[in-house]
Amino acid sequence: MADTPNTVTLTIDGQEVVVPKGTTILEAAKRVGEQVPHYCYHPGLSSPAMCRLCLVEVEGAPKPMPSCVTQVAEGQVVKTQSDLALEMREGVLEFYLVNHPLDCPICDMSGECNLQDYVHQEGRKHGRSKEPKRVFGRDDFGGDVLFYGDRCVMCTRCVRFMNEVEEDSRLCVVERGNRSVIDTFFEKGLEGTYWHGNIVDLCPVGALVSKDFLYKARAWDLDHTQSVCPNCSQGCNIDLHTRDNLVQRLKPRENLEVNGWWMCDYGRLNYEWINHGHRLEAPVVRGGGNVRAMGWSEALRALLDAGAAAPDKPVRAVVSPYASNEDLGAFAALVEELGGGDIVYRCATAEDEVPLKGYPGLARRRELAPNCKGAELVGAKRVGSADGRGGLEGVASHDGIVLVLGDALADQDADFGKGAALYVYVGQRGGPATDAADFLLPATSFAEQEGTFTSFRGRVQRFWPGLKPPGAARPAWLVLGALVAEVTGGAAPRSAADSFARLGQRVPAFGGLTYEELGTRGALVNETVTLSGD
Amino acid sequence: MAYPYVSDREVRVLSRNFGDPMARRLDTYVERGGYQALKKAFEMGQDKVIDEVKTSGLRGRGGAGFPTGVKWSFMPKEPTKPHYLLCNADESEPGTFKDRELIRWDPHQLLEGCLIAAYAIRAKHVYVYCRGEFFETTQILAKALEDAYAKGYAGKDIMGSGVDIDVTVHVGAGAYICGEETGLMNSLEGRRGQPRVKPPFPAAVGAFGMPSTVNNVETLSAVPHIVTHGGQWYRQWGTEKSPGTKLFCVSGHVSKPGNYELPLGFPLTDLIEDVCGGMRGGKALKAVIPGGSSVPILNAEECADCALDYEGVQAAGSQLGCASVIVMDEGTDIVKQVRRMVQFYMHESCGQCTPCREGTAWMTKVLRRIEEGRGTEDDLDTLLQMSRQMTGTTICVLSDSAAAPVVSSIQKFKDEYLALIRRGERVGAA
Repeated sequence: MADTPNTVTLTIDGQEVVVPKGTTILEAAKRVGEQVPHYCYHPGLSSPAMCRLCLVEVEGAPKPMPSCVTQVAEGQVVKTQSDLALEMREGVLEFYLVNHPLDCPICDMSGECNLQDYVHQEGRKHGRSKEPKRVFGRDDFGGDVLFYGDRCVMCTRCVRFMNEVEEDSRLCVVERGNRSVIDTFFEKGLEGTYWHGNIVDLCPVGALVSKDFLYKARAWDLDHTQSVCPNCSQGCNIDLHTRDNLVQRLKPRENLEVNGWWMCDYGRLNYEWINHGHRLEAPVVRGGGNVRAMGWSEALRALLDAGAAAPDKPVRAVVSPYASNEDLGAFAALVEELGGGDIVYRCATAEDEVPLKGYPGLARRRELAPNCKGAELVGAKRVGSADGRGGLEGVASHDGIVLVLGDALADQDADFGKGAALYVYVGQRGGPATDAADFLLPATSFAEQEGTFTSFRGRVQRFWPGLKPPGAARPAWLVLGALVAEVTGGAAPRSAADSFARLGQRVPAFGGLTYEELGTRGALVNETVTLSGD
Repeated sequence: MAYPYVSDREVRVLSRNFGDPMARRLDTYVERGGYQALKKAFEMGQDKVIDEVKTSGLRGRGGAGFPTGVKWSFMPKEPTKPHYLLCNADESEPGTFKDRELIRWDPHQLLEGCLIAAYAIRAKHVYVYCRGEFFETTQILAKALEDAYAKGYAGKDIMGSGVDIDVTVHVGAGAYICGEETGLMNSLEGRRGQPRVKPPFPAAVGAFGMPSTVNNVETLSAVPHIVTHGGQWYRQWGTEKSPGTKLFCVSGHVSKPGNYELPLGFPLTDLIEDVCGGMRGGKALKAVIPGGSSVPILNAEECADCALDYEGVQAAGSQLGCASVIVMDEGTDIVKQVRRMVQFYMHESCGQCTPCREGTAWMTKVLRRIEEGRGTEDDLDTLLQMSRQMTGTTICVLSDSAAAPVVSSIQKFKDEYLALIRRGERVGAA
């Protein structure tokens, strides 16, 4: 690459690197794969250069330099692994351990703790401190956060997050020197703030821990699955942390276009519903006064027969904004094959958005479901009240074909679809209204299947299966796609990607997008559609 | 009332009014030619004032010894933002007591120096950051400032020159680290008193984010004299590289401890034996800390030929610092002495940087263990390595300061450490 005035060429550990002007040595070192340990530095926060763990040797500099704030210079020669740099960093790590308790066996952070990693990587094999350690004890910071003062390494990331990103200064450092400790202002704590869960993620050690996750699982027992937060239409990138086929916690995943490094407390703590045990596990068919669970092929054959018995009946359909784009696409295709009909969806909406002040563009959005935009793009119209109820009068009493995807119809009674010629429910769990269906087909949730959601901005983002589906539950796109194939005589979709490609052929907004292109970061749909609820 | 001890070898320029309670009054000061330097400075213009100070070779008296005129010339010549002059009166280095006396006896001398400096660096506002424990001193300075405002020596249109300079006396809460220039700025702004990462340097981004210069009380007190008599006049004392006079704060085991204003380059032996009347009780000299607690200790041998200027003390193996000479006789327990100093740094560490926050505390514990006879020889190696890891690894030099006496004492008085360790071992064996 030719040198332009906007780039700087330097040498890091013998490798030549070209980076934009103003890059820090630490960021430049990441590009050559050199991971310099650091605590106080976080790309989403200011850099106070106070942990002194990122010291590196820069030729010509009189002292080891903090790589997190030292900007690259033309021709600079940086040694991150020189004897000097390693001795100084080893010193810093040993200083941490003078007071940091070795209570790893009972510490929630153990296994994902930077101090453990760094000490194994660069620290001394044996500590030399024989002195008793300083004790601060434990404090409840309010909200979801517990503070273990003894473990704190005083990186002040939490204080800076509250000051700079949430812009609600609830934390501070009190006292000075070795007596410094993070504290709240009087009894106020973190209660009433909406993004404080992020300070638990930011804490590089086990000083700030989540009450919700406390003692629940060890970090090394958790499987991580890339996903998208299903709790509002922002589409924050997250990881599902699962164990024993249950989601144990949600963690934000970096995506600078959507959520940076953050996620809100509402989204973070609202995951128990994913683990809901009361699920449809096998296709259930009602007919001739009997209700029978049966295998998929038998059930689908029965459904096709029932459909043939009700030809040219008008269709009215309900979908859920929790369904993936693929599910919605296959569903809309089926409705079309049946002669077309109104598709509606309902969505619970909050009164206000909850913005994260220091990260423009990120907020807990009003629609408390992940895929309202996807539903709109396949032609669904929003009905019902702000709490996601009602609005289904026309469907409930419809005498043609009633199709329901995902919506649990919790507000409807057993008379729902009573007069319908054919009532099919595809979803996760039943209630009085869904149990009345002629066909109950068990579908997987977003956490159990591959798929995509479309955020309120029209960003299509992929998620992956982190849980095993219960019983015979299958992705809705597979079931619905198979039905469409039977009706049209085509081939059934073989994968979520295939199903997504078919969606792209039907709905221009998704045209040209592929799973490969979406990758882990997502991409915008081809057209802008405003939500009818806005 | 005479000032406690005076010596005929002193050159009393800055300290000429020490012991004279009338001198702190504005009318007396003006009667004796006060504020004429300020008037002269206005006539000279900014650049000539800076040149004159450069000519004098005046070096920062706060400890680092950076040439004052050069520091002033770093300030932008065409101000686009407000400039600030910060007078560092947060004198907290253990063993130092010169700034307090300069303000107590001659507050107008400091104010005049502040105004000249502010004029030279094109500042419209001076903050005098006083140490929190300086109650009497602060009141005297505030009174002097009130009088100066009333008579038109400060504020709007000073002495009819059209120059406006405001002065604010700001009292800190008594933290050593607020004497570090960027810590001082943070404290002044109402933040935690913690040093800032440099760069940016204060001349670019200082107090309130504006170009600022920080000068010590003694430095600024010398300025009116330099402006009045010229830079060459100031060079009649001291050495080529360290010109002028300096206040030496002598404490410890001497017969007559106190503040003595002496030309730089004065022999340390003469200071102890002649000016201070020799060692107290005729005891032998063991060690001297020549520049406040944060510089390496000199043993008696090194003191013998030490000249008290910036270069001379460095040649002897220490630093002149702020010329706070702490003299210790043969009865001094060096380990205890060093532990007490490190303990001070532990207490005053701001707690930002890990090597300082944890290192000073750990060092104190190890030294105390050695003192109590529970140390081992390995502890000395640990202390030395710790010192290396605490030097040059932090934002400011507080941890370097804590490490310096530990390293120098282990190098020069290792037998004292070993004796404590051996005694402990014997007790343990019994």
